[in-house]
Amino acid sequence: MKVPLSWLREHVDLPDAVTAHEIADKLTAAGLKLESITSYGHEIKNVVAGRVLAIEELAGFKKPIRHCLVEVGEAAPREIVCGATNFEVGAVVPVALPGAVLPGGFEIGSRKTYGRLSDGMICSEAELGVADSSPGILTLPADTPIGTDVVELLGLREEVLELEITPDCGYALSIRGVAREAATAFGVAFRDPASAALPAATGPSYPASIADPTACDRFVLRSVSGFDPSAESPLWMRVRLARAGMRPVSLAVDVTNYVMLELGQPLHAFDRTRLQGEIVVRRAGAGETLETLDHVVRTLNPEDILITDDSGPISMAGTMGGLATEINDASTEIVVEAAHFSATGIARESRRHNLVSEASKRFERGVDRELPLVASWRAVELLVELGSGQSSAEVTLADVDVAPVAIAIPADHPDRVAGVHYGRETVIRRLEQVGCVVTDGVLPPPAGGVGVAATGVVTSADLREKLAVGDASHDGMITVTPPSWRPDLTDPNDLAEEVIRLEGYASLPSLLPAAPAGAGLTEEQRLRRRVGRALALSGYVEVLSYPFIGVRDLDGLQLGAEDPRRRAARLVNPLSDDEPLMRTTLLPGLLKTLVRNVGRGFADVSLFETGLVYRPRPDAPDRAPVLSVDRRPTEEELAEIEAALPGQPVRVAVVLAGEFDRPGWWGRGRAAAWSDAVEAARVVAREAGVALDVRADQHEPWHPGRCAALYVGETLVGHAGELHPRVIEAYGLPPRTAAMELELSRLEPSGPAETPRVSAYPVATQDVALIVPADTPVAAVEAALRAGAGDLLESIRLFDVYTGAQIGEGDKSLAYTMRFRAPDRTLTVEETTAARDAAVAEAAARLAARLRT
Amino acid sequence: MAHVLDSILLMPWIRSSVLSDYDPVEVTPLHADELARAEADALAAIKSAADLDELKQVRLAHAGDRSPIALANREIGALPPAARAEAGKRIGAARKAVAEAISVRQGELEAERDARVLVEETVDVTLPWDRRPPGARHPLTTLQERIADCFVAMGYEVAEGPELEAEWFNFDALNIATDHPARSDHDTFFVESHDSGMVLRTQTSPVQIRALLSRPLPVYVISPGKVFRTDELDATHTPVFHQVEGLAVDKGLTMAHLKGTLDRFAEVMFGEGIRTRFRPNYFPFTEPSAEMDLLCFVCRGTSATPGNPPCRTCKSEGWIEWGGCGMVNPRVLIACGVDPAVYSGFAFGMGIERTLMFRHNAEDMRDMVEGDVRFTLPFGMEV
Repeated sequence: MKVPLSWLREHVDLPDAVTAHEIADKLTAAGLKLESITSYGHEIKNVVAGRVLAIEELAGFKKPIRHCLVEVGEAAPREIVCGATNFEVGAVVPVALPGAVLPGGFEIGSRKTYGRLSDGMICSEAELGVADSSPGILTLPADTPIGTDVVELLGLREEVLELEITPDCGYALSIRGVAREAATAFGVAFRDPASAALPAATGPSYPASIADPTACDRFVLRSVSGFDPSAESPLWMRVRLARAGMRPVSLAVDVTNYVMLELGQPLHAFDRTRLQGEIVVRRAGAGETLETLDHVVRTLNPEDILITDDSGPISMAGTMGGLATEINDASTEIVVEAAHFSATGIARESRRHNLVSEASKRFERGVDRELPLVASWRAVELLVELGSGQSSAEVTLADVDVAPVAIAIPADHPDRVAGVHYGRETVIRRLEQVGCVVTDGVLPPPAGGVGVAATGVVTSADLREKLAVGDASHDGMITVTPPSWRPDLTDPNDLAEEVIRLEGYASLPSLLPAAPAGAGLTEEQRLRRRVGRALALSGYVEVLSYPFIGVRDLDGLQLGAEDPRRRAARLVNPLSDDEPLMRTTLLPGLLKTLVRNVGRGFADVSLFETGLVYRPRPDAPDRAPVLSVDRRPTEEELAEIEAALPGQPVRVAVVLAGEFDRPGWWGRGRAAAWSDAVEAARVVAREAGVALDVRADQHEPWHPGRCAALYVGETLVGHAGELHPRVIEAYGLPPRTAAMELELSRLEPSGPAETPRVSAYPVATQDVALIVPADTPVAAVEAALRAGAGDLLESIRLFDVYTGAQIGEGDKSLAYTMRFRAPDRTLTVEETTAARDAAVAEAAARLAARLRT
Repeated sequence: MAHVLDSILLMPWIRSSVLSDYDPVEVTPLHADELARAEADALAAIKSAADLDELKQVRLAHAGDRSPIALANREIGALPPAARAEAGKRIGAARKAVAEAISVRQGELEAERDARVLVEETVDVTLPWDRRPPGARHPLTTLQERIADCFVAMGYEVAEGPELEAEWFNFDALNIATDHPARSDHDTFFVESHDSGMVLRTQTSPVQIRALLSRPLPVYVISPGKVFRTDELDATHTPVFHQVEGLAVDKGLTMAHLKGTLDRFAEVMFGEGIRTRFRPNYFPFTEPSAEMDLLCFVCRGTSATPGNPPCRTCKSEGWIEWGGCGMVNPRVLIACGVDPAVYSGFAFGMGIERTLMFRHNAEDMRDMVEGDVRFTLPFGMEV
């Protein structure tokens, strides 16, 4: 909302010394937040009213050029060359004298042009910054004193506050509403522009009725006859409209806009001669269309609210008028419409047709239901005053009986919401400043219907009961009836907010509540932190990639047609049509981020991400029910919602390429490999305190010979290894890029760790070398050795893997160091050897391992 | 220390005093002058030993088992008892003098050697060791953790919820009416269809509802997490961003408690002395509602005064919006089965990206989402 301060000051007695910034600060504190302050006209200097004394038409140029003598209140008149022709000798015009500065810093000087001296410039509206363009120069009233400062005279110096109006504050989309807030904020008088006395109605102005009371609960028509369609809007009105952000169009349109800006009531003007029969407010019928002012033929929706006559739809209520009944440059008979439409209805209509207008913005946010009679009269008065014609006291008023909202609260309710003692008097005074009527005690609910429920929120009696704070049995109850311009005030807390904001949020004390002791982070939350830290310390950089993917990403991973990761949630309105799906794996985002980093010159990259994947359940219902909100849902209802939502487990994944260990003065580097990816899984498992069982597997997108399935017990938790060459090609990855993905949600946090018993007896170490078939998994050999060695085994470590000439073809030799220790004695050589032999025997039995001799 | 031990083990008297070493070879008892000469020879040799190896030879020759003094010592037993004491005394003195001289020389030579070896072992300690450089955690993650820690310290717990969320949780239960502009394609990602009842959550507020439905009262929770809006990525917008939601529902909670909590939060985030501003705003799920502004961290509020240089960061308003907050709308409590006549609560939601921008002077949101390691690495493990 753009508020020219001169307009605001007409309705509120702001002290002259108060600056625009001070006004803006107070309004911001009241909830009308300042967006910007724009100053107009302050740079314009040295423009005065002058009288044209003589005009000489200069010939021989491509366009008409005049050389004028202009009296400007100095000793002698000035010579000025001018290209406009819309003035005569004797006309009073704005003259920019040499040294003048016009908007945009344009400086005027004396100069020679068209062979003559031009000692200044005769100005148009555009040159004075009043209009975007103007056909000729601006002529001033003949009685304007010569030499007067034109900027002062025309009120071109202006400061405009642009305020951000929250959606609940429809009333503040008007000078009236802002002035009321400013008056309260400064504690000065407010003159309500809507308080003008109305003439006694003498009968209907034009036949009209409301057919659908859910669409409109008040509909007013007034008329003007004998209007002069050639009358122009006065300069002051055009300037104000422009400053408030609206383009001047024609007098009739400008008047409706001016009244809307001033009062907040959108108006529409019909050409009476183009109306046919009774006007009816109703919803659209099937297949109806309307050509609107913008020359678009719109197909109407059965929910659209329409103004119709015998010819059919003539206007989309509160959104945009129809072309056929619009006033034009010949209209003399005008019918002015002012109505109170359903906020929800207009909001939907506006969105359905993608038509946001100044009118729809106001109706959506709630318009004062008492305004139509006043605003329509104000428009009629202005039309007659500025465009001649005759007003009429006749008025059409179609109306639905609507009960005012009355809210009973304990007078200290605002105190209890704020945590401040305001006291009953302050509470009542503030509510009255808002415009509420406050009475002691609890009044019976007022009679009448609910109207069009301006806020769009249906308040059932049951909900009202639940919202109530205090009842007639409480002491100190007050009943508050909000004013007609505040349809947003429906609940006890709405009233509390009014009191608190007017008393000032700044004056609220700052207190810390005494929260009960919490349990700290959960095991899962602690694990996620540890995993992040451990991976980062292992060399991985965390990324947070977007979870949007496309089929191409899944194809790139070489997933089969039946792969469950292809069952992805789909967005209706994705940002990119290439990525309409929600990720079912973290890898695409990580791989693309890796490629981006490589492209930016980082060949050695290792990245990780922790985040959700979205896994729709195959048997899930299509819809998550939208439950009622006036009670707690049942467990069954909540279960229905959960059943529809995809599973969303937390995963962690890493990708790495290039050198994982760098080369340097210490020696050679080491390329990132499948083993690093598996080790990353072990890092995660270690943080979770679980033993990771690594088994060979074949699983996309990994290399079939370099893919590890990761198990905890018999639960598959993830995969790791080198990526399939086709994946590497599809994503444009560096060769041998490796990856790991693991589902953290599947790791059961282990309980508290068992304290080990540390034996003080000496260790006995034995090395063994075993020959096994080359395809025997090392993990199986170690498991066999551990099982065979028994409890005396303290640790086992593989320290060498050998294949080659010294052992048979198709075999490999595995060299282990086994350390034995007993808790209660020094082991004898015989005991140690027996344990080692048992270990070897077990490996032999399970895997046909032979001792290498 | 090793060389010290060595020298102790090599002390000749330790061996010569062992009786089992007794050698029954006949030797001539030393005369006093012979003994003096042997001692003088020994001391001269010790003095002239140039390094530890030479000293070792000297020791063998002059203090070893076969050295003249040692041989003389052996013969003491063969002397008549009357002579033994006197001879023993003389020989003992000689042996002691030799041993002491060796010990002194040993010390000198070891010190020389040590000084030389340590010089030889000098390395360039400025050599880099970036064999496996550490990675880093994303600052948005660690900032969320820091925020969580701030609230956990106040007694809050960290609540979580799904990111692909039911509309009822994301909108209806939060008193966001069916026709609210946020519930359109312009703001919200819809999943599967417009009437599936499922969206990508547009805020962390649905976790409020989940917390109220699943936890016993009173509830004090914080909920950091990912949220989604259909904005194109640019310097100040990203369709996927992070918020932290706070919710407290208890008996007797007031706006003063909300303000106190956020003031404390701001202090923890931005340091003591941070100036905050509370101003009225509107959110469907809170009533009364407020916006928490911070004094612009660039111009410190000066740009709002006419005549001062303008500020791009706060658009010369002097303040920057940090997040929205308010008292939980009683309608929200009712949708969760909480009696607003008994309980009240407050809630707030701050953007993590914005917080990072304010706290760390980050300028471009694109850096936060692109995953360029140059952006993330300097943040290390904590932010």
